Amino acid sequence: MTSSVAPAPGAPSEPAPGPAARTVRSAGGRAARLRPGALLAALVLAVAVLACAWPGLLAPADPTAADPVAALTPPGAEHWLGTDQLGRDVYARVVHGARYSLLIGLGATALSVLAGLLVGLPAALSGRIGDQVAMRAVDVLLALPELLLALLVIAVVGPGTGNALLAIAIAATPGFARLVRGQAMVVRGSEYVRAATALGVPRTAVVLRHVLPNTLGPLTVPATLAVGTAVVSGAALSFLGLGPKAPAPEWGAMLSQGRDFLSTAWWIAVFPGAAITAVVVAITVLGRQLHRCLEGRTP
Amino acid sequence: MSPIIELEGLNVEFGHGRRRTTAVAGVSLALSAGECLALVGESGSGKSVTARTLVGLTAPGAAVRAERFLVEGRDAAAFGEREWRRVRGRTVGLVLQDALSALDPLRRVGAEVGEPLLAHRVLPKAEVPGRVEELLRDVGVPEPAGRARQYPHQLSGGLRQRALIASALAAGPRVLVADEPTTALDVTVQAQVLDLLGELKAKGTALLLISHDLAVVARLADRIAVMKDGRIVESGPAERVLGAPEHPYTRVLLAAAPDPDRPAAEAAPADPGTGRLLTARGLVKRYRTPDGGLREAVADVSFGLAPGETLGIVGESGSGKSTTAQLVMGMLAPDAGEVLLDGRPWSALPERLRRPARSAVQLVHQDPLASFDPRFTVRRILAEALAVAGVARGAARRERAVELLAQVGLGEQHLERRPHGLSGGQRQRVAIARALATGPRLLVCDEPVSALDVSVQAQVLELLARLRAELGLAMLFISHDLAVVRQVSDRVLVMKDGRAVEYGPAERVFRAPEHPYTRQLLAAVPRLPARSAA
Repeated sequence: MTSSVAPAPGAPSEPAPGPAARTVRSAGGRAARLRPGALLAALVLAVAVLACAWPGLLAPADPTAADPVAALTPPGAEHWLGTDQLGRDVYARVVHGARYSLLIGLGATALSVLAGLLVGLPAALSGRIGDQVAMRAVDVLLALPELLLALLVIAVVGPGTGNALLAIAIAATPGFARLVRGQAMVVRGSEYVRAATALGVPRTAVVLRHVLPNTLGPLTVPATLAVGTAVVSGAALSFLGLGPKAPAPEWGAMLSQGRDFLSTAWWIAVFPGAAITAVVVAITVLGRQLHRCLEGRTP
Repeated sequence: MSPIIELEGLNVEFGHGRRRTTAVAGVSLALSAGECLALVGESGSGKSVTARTLVGLTAPGAAVRAERFLVEGRDAAAFGEREWRRVRGRTVGLVLQDALSALDPLRRVGAEVGEPLLAHRVLPKAEVPGRVEELLRDVGVPEPAGRARQYPHQLSGGLRQRALIASALAAGPRVLVADEPTTALDVTVQAQVLDLLGELKAKGTALLLISHDLAVVARLADRIAVMKDGRIVESGPAERVLGAPEHPYTRVLLAAAPDPDRPAAEAAPADPGTGRLLTARGLVKRYRTPDGGLREAVADVSFGLAPGETLGIVGESGSGKSTTAQLVMGMLAPDAGEVLLDGRPWSALPERLRRPARSAVQLVHQDPLASFDPRFTVRRILAEALAVAGVARGAARRERAVELLAQVGLGEQHLERRPHGLSGGQRQRVAIARALATGPRLLVCDEPVSALDVSVQAQVLELLARLRAELGLAMLFISHDLAVVRQVSDRVLVMKDGRAVEYGPAERVFRAPEHPYTRQLLAAVPRLPARSAA
C-alpha cells in the first residue's frame, strides 16, 4: 500500500500543445454540484421557518377567529386560500400551523436521537450481554410499524401536542438506537480510539472526546430525513384527533376537518395537505443534498 | 523490430480551471517484444496514470493528449471504447497491485481467469476450462483444477496475484503492464512473482513494470525510466541508471533505498537483551478461527529489552508480529506468558492500574492517518497526549506542542493543520511527536515506514535514530522489510507462523543466519546490482 502524498505534484507549467497534439478519448465524469431542486427546497424551508417563528409577519389574520358569515368562501382576494366551515381564514391557519408541524418534527427527532444515543452507545460499549439485551428489545420495537407504535404510546399517555411528540419520538428511537450502536462499534474499534487508549486517556474521556462525536457525525443525514417522517407522523396523529386540540390550526387536523367538505370546499383540505407535502419533500431533498456533500467525509 | 507500443509526448490533466493539475507531462516511451521497461517513481509521480493510459483506462474526467500514440502500429489516440475493449487483454494485459480488489469476490478464480478467453472469443467455450487450468499451472499455481473452483478470498496473497497475472495473460497479450505487482506481497512470494515475470519476458512478452522500488526493478528491467512530478527525469539502460545515475533525483532514490547488507552503524548498549526495561516471557495468544478451531497467532515468544536498545521483529504477513506488539502495548491480554515492565507485572495488570504507567510505552502505527481522530487538528492531537502527560492547559501546552513538532522536524505552522492536509511523511512525524509527548522510555513502532515513499522513509528512519540517540529511547521495531530492520536494530527476532525462529544480535543474524527460514528470507530480498557486486 502506498500512501498518497497530499500536495499536487509540483504542478509543472502546462506545455503548449504541439501542432500534432491530439486528445485521446476517455470516459467523462460528472462532478456533484448543488442542484436547483435543493435551492427550491431551501426556499420552502426558509418560508416554513419564518412562518414558525413570526407567523404574524406572513398572515396578520387571527387563525382561530370564526366568522360564520364568511364560511366556506372560495379562495379569492380577501381570503387568499378561502375560509373553512366556521369562516376561519385557511391561509392564516396554514401559516400558523407550521409551528405545530415543525415543532413535532424537530422535537420528536431530537428526542429520538437523544434516546437512541442513550440506548445505543451503552449497548455498543458494554459487553456482550448488555448489547444483546438492548438490541433484542430494539428488535421487538422495530418489528412494529412506527405509526402503530406511536398509537400504542398515545393509548397509554393520552392525546395532546406534547404527548404526540413523545409518542413519535419513542416510535423513532429503536431505529436510531440501532444506528448509533453500529456506528459506535465502528468508532470503538478504530485506530484512533486504540491510540488514545494507548496514550493512557481515561475511558470516559475517550468516549466523550472520540466515540460520541464521531458517532454523531454520520447521524446527520438520517436525522434530517427523520424530521420529514416525524412531520408526516405528527399530521397523521392529528388527523386521527390525537394531536393538538381544536381549534389549534394543525395541518393534519385541518385535513381531517376538510375531509367532510372535499366535494364542496376542496380548499380546506388541499392547502394544508400541500403544505405538509412541500415541507416533507423539501426536508428530504435537503437531506439527500447533505448526504451528497458529506459523502466520503464522515468516517 | 518495430515497437508494439509507441507513446510520445503524453500529457494527462485532471480537473478544470484553477483546480487543474497535470499528472503526466510529456512522457514518451516505446516497448518492444521480449524487453522490460521499468517506470520508477514515488507516489504522485504519474506512473500509474501512464500505465492506465496504455490500456485506455485513464480515470474519468482526465484530459489525455499525446503527440503520437501507436498500439501495434495503429493510432490509439483515435480509439473509441469499442476498439479499446478489443486491445485490452488481447494486445495489452494489465496486472494491478491489489489482487483481492482486482478480482471479483463473487466469482470463482477459474471464471475470472477464463473471462478474456470468452470476451475475445479466443477459444470455443468448451475448451476454456482446460485452458484456464493450463494458464494457472503456467503461472505456478499448484493444483490448478482445484484452485480454479475456489473464490479469491480463499487464496493466499501470492496465489491471488498469480491468478491475476494468469487472467492478464489468458488471451495471449503481447504486452503486460504490471502496476506494482509485488508491493502487497511478502518478500519470499515477491521473489517468486518476479521470477514468473522474468520467464514471461524470456518467452517474448513485452513488460512494462511499474514500481516505487528500484531494487525490485533491478532484477528484471532492461531499461529504467525514473518519473518525478509527471515527468521522466532520467531514462536509459538499467545498468547505467542504477550504476551511474545522472539525475540528482535518481541519486536520492538510490541513496534512500535501505541496504540489506549494510550493518547498523551505532554501537549497542552495554547490556543488550537483558530485559532491564521490558521482558516478554513465553507469550501465547490464540484466536478462534471461523471453523471453530484455535489458531496460535503468537506461540511461546520471549525476548528482553534494555533501556536504549532497539529490538527488530521481522516476519511476513500473518507471522504474529503485530499481535506481539499489541501484547507488549497491553492492548491484548496474553493467553499464557507475561510481559514485565521494569521487572514489575505489566500484561497482568488490570487496565485501571496500567493506565497511569502507559506513558512509558508508546506506539507508532503503520497508518498514522487512521490513528488520528478525523475531526482533530494537529494541535488537538498533541494536546490530548500532553494532557495525559500532565502539561497544564494554555500557553504551556502550546509551547510544549511546538517543541515536540520541532523535535520531529515540523514547524509551528503545522499546529492548526488537519492530518488530511499533510503528506504521508508529515503525518508519521506528527504520530511520532504524539508518542513522544508523554515522555516514553519505550517506543513500539509497528511498520512505521512501510506506507511511505522511499525518500520519506529514509527521513523518518533518520528521525527515529536521532530521537533514540538524543532521548535514550528503547524501540521495538516491527517490519516486514529486512533492510530497514537491519539498519535500525541492535538485536533481531525473526518470526514465522507465530513462533520466534531466530533471536540474536542483528549483526550475527544477518551475517550468519542459523535458521533455514531466515536464510530464505535474506535470499529473497531484492538487491541493487551495484551493492551486491560490492
